[in-house]
Amino acid sequence: MINNIPTDELFASGHRACAGCGQALAVRLVMKAAGKNTIVANATGCLEVFSTPYPETSWRVPWIHGAFETAASVASGVDKALVKQKKRKKVNLLAFGGDGGTFDIGFQALSGAAERGHKLTYVCFDNGAYMNTGIQRSGATPKYAATTTSPAGKKIHGKTEFKKPMPLIMAAHGCYVATASVAFPHDLIKKVQKALKHKGLSYVQVFSPCIPGWGIPSNMSIESAKLAFKTKITPLFEVENGIVTITNRPSKELPVEEYLSRQKRFKHLSQKEIDDVQSHVDTEWEKLAHLEETKVRIS
Amino acid sequence: MQTVSSRDVPNNTTVEIRLTFSVDTHIVERIADFVNDGILDAELIDVESEHSAMSACIGAQATGVRTFTATASQGLALMHEMLFVASGMRLPIVMAVANRALSAPINIWNDHSDSVAARDSGWIQLYVESSQEALDTVIQAYRIAENKDILMPVMVCLDGFTLSHVWEPVDIPTKAKVNQYLPKYKPVHAFLDPRKPITQGPVGFPDSYMGFKRMQQEAMKRSIKAIEKANSDFRKKFRRSYGNGLIEPYKMQGAQYAVVAMGSLCGTIKHVVDEMRKEGKKVGLLKIKAFRPFPTEHIQKAAKNLKGLAVIDKEISLGSDGALFTEIRSALSGQGKTRISGFIAGLGGKDVTPDHIRKSIETAMKSKETKEEWLQ
Ligand SMILES: Cc1ncc(C[n+]2csc(CCOP(=O)(O)OP(=O)(O)O)c2C)c(N)n1
Ligand SMILES: [Mg+2]
Repeated sequence: MINNIPTDELFASGHRACAGCGQALAVRLVMKAAGKNTIVANATGCLEVFSTPYPETSWRVPWIHGAFETAASVASGVDKALVKQKKRKKVNLLAFGGDGGTFDIGFQALSGAAERGHKLTYVCFDNGAYMNTGIQRSGATPKYAATTTSPAGKKIHGKTEFKKPMPLIMAAHGCYVATASVAFPHDLIKKVQKALKHKGLSYVQVFSPCIPGWGIPSNMSIESAKLAFKTKITPLFEVENGIVTITNRPSKELPVEEYLSRQKRFKHLSQKEIDDVQSHVDTEWEKLAHLEETKVRIS
Repeated sequence: MQTVSSRDVPNNTTVEIRLTFSVDTHIVERIADFVNDGILDAELIDVESEHSAMSACIGAQATGVRTFTATASQGLALMHEMLFVASGMRLPIVMAVANRALSAPINIWNDHSDSVAARDSGWIQLYVESSQEALDTVIQAYRIAENKDILMPVMVCLDGFTLSHVWEPVDIPTKAKVNQYLPKYKPVHAFLDPRKPITQGPVGFPDSYMGFKRMQQEAMKRSIKAIEKANSDFRKKFRRSYGNGLIEPYKMQGAQYAVVAMGSLCGTIKHVVDEMRKEGKKVGLLKIKAFRPFPTEHIQKAAKNLKGLAVIDKEISLGSDGALFTEIRSALSGQGKTRISGFIAGLGGKDVTPDHIRKSIETAMKSKETKEEWLQ
């Protein structure tokens, strides 16, 4: 342990992620949280591609990849096979997907697995677009972000919709849900470990900056994640037994412009659009704070 | 039909993935009965879609247990993507397909459009004629799939409704006997065990991808012998068999003309062959059981002395011809003088009558070849 973080490296270095990749950093921490008695079912996406160029692999735990939309369904099969082999109690089961593989194409399989109550922790590495295939817009892409399929044109300025509220949707399934950020390793590790202890399916969404996708320098991924937290763009919270708790509050709140202005994908925003983002962020935060305060059960 | 009974599924069969779909419904319903009554020791997964059914099979089989699922038509089409993943990962999954037409127009009745459209997915495909053959072939399928020289998934294709919804007596072998025929499943390469971590399903770049496809093709070729052996060993143990496991000739001794077909239609064809034999006509039936691998050499041998063949397809590759017809033509190209006539029949549950079959044989008896004749 160094600084209370295990020194085991279950996700080996030498993979092909971009320098400064937020997802690669996050995966390393998740694996430290889970430990070596873990099986991973991975969706197609950057992570699967950069970590397993045959005949090389970065995985020091058993790992399986099926397809883009199947992290949760493949993991469902693994779960029941472990039950059959009477090994279920001894092993942690993780399913990994990108935001595209989770919010969009893999949503049905994830919802089904949650409904069936498979014992697994689904971790979504949210970098806000289909990065592996060259930055296409997903249900997790923030409003106004320029992607290759939501370009910043003269008439339409990037994506026209806000991000899907995926954590609350998963919470409505009755799961343990947590949001985490690669900028806060201890919080991330704590939440993954808590998720793994929960009954049934648990869902952890990890904010993972993408260097080329966001248009930031490779030394800015942690800084960007910190700014997202301070501007309340990515609130850190958990939902346990249907009750929301905001786990971390920024000590000094910043306007969203501090976050937006440092990324190429938001370079084209007008003041009116920045204000629109600010007002959405404020509303979403109020909604969460209200849920926390009133202890209204989501499920 | 009781395709999969408590006793024919070996005792270490483990994960069943089910999704209720009208035509394969009976199969998964009976399995659920067996599991819930404690007769079959298995874990069931009630998936939300066929895509997830195949994905869950992949996950479970890759963890190191035996799996089974069943589907039909739209369900098979939905899981199409995952069929290639299962075979590419060399997972010996067994699946029953209750053959059915594909939409549109939506139609729930039998033809072979669904599984024939999946012929290039790297699955062994065995077509059966009766309920008994379906049951016996499921048992054989595990033997073939799990053979360490093969490691390929197997589809047992049985005609929707004609076989999937018929009740007829079936001899169910005892569990003890099945266990002797089918040893306990021991994964060769596919397991997810933290004590021995391996990576399954990595990226194959152009330098490796083609090599993997070639290995699958080599395994497909080897499976010809494995299917024959599974059939002959089955005969020794259970005193039943189906031709050589690949093709089943019926009254081909001295035949000059023959019908070529797959599935339950062969029952009706046998009846017509019997009648025509009584009339002194030298006709027979060449039932194709294995569509993948396609038993080219066996067919060449069986057709060697024939003057004419009538190939009846229960599907059509739109823009080309019946798939079985195309395969037979290719198998026999440059092989003597056998004339080959092709017929499209029974699409979307359209009855194929003895008259249709007689007509196809009589056409084959004429000196001219015909193509794509619709028996409607
Ligand atoms: C059914 C299907 N459609 C499209 C693709 C191509 N594809 C592979 S990865 C990917 C995007 C992945 O995006 P995301 O899940 O956000 O992960 P990221 O690469 O951003 O980490 C796409 C579109 C595919 N593999 N399968
Ligand atoms: Mg993404």
